[in-house]
Amino acid sequence: MKIQKRTIALCIYFGLLILPIYWMLNMSLRTNADILANFALYPADLTFVNYIKIFTDPTWYMAYINAMIYVGMNTAMSLAFALPAAYAFSRYKFLGDGQMFFWLLTNRMAPPAVFLLPYLQLYATIKLMDTHIAVALAHCLFNVPLAIWILEGFMTGVPKEIDETAFIDGYSFPRFFVTIFIPLIRAGVGVTAFFCFMFSWVELLFARTLTITEAKPITATMTRTISATGLDWGLLAAAGVLTIVPGALVIWFVRNYLAKGFALGRV
Amino acid sequence: MDKWENNKAWFLVLPAFIIVAFSAIIPLMTVVNYSIQDIFGPGQSVYVGTEWFKEMLGNYRLHDALWRQFLFSGLVLLIELPLGILIALALPKRGWGVSACLVTLALPLVIPWNVIGTIWIIFTRPDIGLFGVTINSLGIAFDHTARPLDAWITTMLMEVWHWTPLVVLLAYAGLRAIPEAYFQAAKIDGASAWAIFFYIQLPKMRGVLTIAVLLRWMDSFLIYAEVFALTGGGPGNSTTFLSIYLVKLATMQFDLGPAAAFSLIYFVIVLLFCFAFYQALLNVGRGEKT
Repeated sequence: MKIQKRTIALCIYFGLLILPIYWMLNMSLRTNADILANFALYPADLTFVNYIKIFTDPTWYMAYINAMIYVGMNTAMSLAFALPAAYAFSRYKFLGDGQMFFWLLTNRMAPPAVFLLPYLQLYATIKLMDTHIAVALAHCLFNVPLAIWILEGFMTGVPKEIDETAFIDGYSFPRFFVTIFIPLIRAGVGVTAFFCFMFSWVELLFARTLTITEAKPITATMTRTISATGLDWGLLAAAGVLTIVPGALVIWFVRNYLAKGFALGRV
Repeated sequence: MDKWENNKAWFLVLPAFIIVAFSAIIPLMTVVNYSIQDIFGPGQSVYVGTEWFKEMLGNYRLHDALWRQFLFSGLVLLIELPLGILIALALPKRGWGVSACLVTLALPLVIPWNVIGTIWIIFTRPDIGLFGVTINSLGIAFDHTARPLDAWITTMLMEVWHWTPLVVLLAYAGLRAIPEAYFQAAKIDGASAWAIFFYIQLPKMRGVLTIAVLLRWMDSFLIYAEVFALTGGGPGNSTTFLSIYLVKLATMQFDLGPAAAFSLIYFVIVLLFCFAFYQALLNVGRGEKT
């Protein structure tokens, strides 16, 4: 009897979790006139006009491509910089390691709004305004510390004897790191890549500030459309649904490691 | 695990340090620079010392935003933590349901933050939203664009909807890491479900729950895009949290000096919390080893 109550409660929770997303999907499959005129729990006249508009209008579909480009760049950069640093933190005691780790952590926690104005000036000065690399660099502010934090958790779980044995066997550090160590923590690397992808994909403030037209991502396009076209709800909903798709695909690949990743590799 | 002592490890940290420093230290210095000057235009500025800090510290709008922020972040923890633990306890432990639950739970976490706001506008509007229409048809007036209390309720609902899954995933990871032997021993001793929760599950979840508190407190303290998309800080200033007020000040009114002073005050508050939580995390780590 108790089990059943628990299952019912769980079903209600998941229902509520899905409902707002379902509502957006429902809106995206109707025309704006239909949305404003009729209240319907499901789309009676199924229409894909909103999606067709997004896939044929370059300002919309390029916005998705722009976002994918800088998210990809950021994920690669974050991993490349974080892997050696995380190894150092998990294996070595060195001067100022605790302070350094804390300082990195503060950048994950720093309010992006604080960095808004200086970023405008900084990126204009080095002529990187409105490029993908600018957003990718800016997102390193919080993704590199996060990546180090998660990877350090996973690396600490690998016994140090493996390193010692490899060095006695005559492996150089780079060769040991790439051919032995990284394959050992590949689950951790996958999860870290997922988190870098996720936090870069969902961020709005930097992405909106550092781009004008050439590299403008979908998140920024959506906020600007709200004021420009007098709210086409159907189109907005369709754009929103399409921003969920890449994330949902990526979750599926890392589903078995999700929980451990959220616990920063420390379970 | 004892670590090797070797200061050459700095060379491994250096690339990460440089890339983060580029994005963190140079801009922070610029903020400090702004905060002590009055800037009229390019190249025209006057040194004003601590005037902006005095002005911002006495600014009642900043005080309001700060208390609003504390109330919001406090409520977030009070609601999300117990709810998250409850759901994690109810999740299935094996079978096909596990993957399905985890994937669904993680779904809100990968939606762009301003799209979260958009979803909740569409969901709660009194004219087209399922929630808004349902509540209004029950005879309760509800409009998050006009009434501050409704705006708060909608913002809290959105926040709980968005981030409770994170707490669930963390708590679930902690629960799964408890060896089965503990539960068998408890069963032999005839322990009640409450006793199992308080003496086995809760203590064993301490580490992950500390991370959950840290992440939820800090991230709700920096909340911007969701609320910006949902209410824009309104109606009035009723949902203007710290980040929203700061962005308003910096980009709409273009008051560089006060905005920079505000930034630094904000940053120091965040830094203090960060330090406290970091110490707590280190203590948890030590507790597990001994």
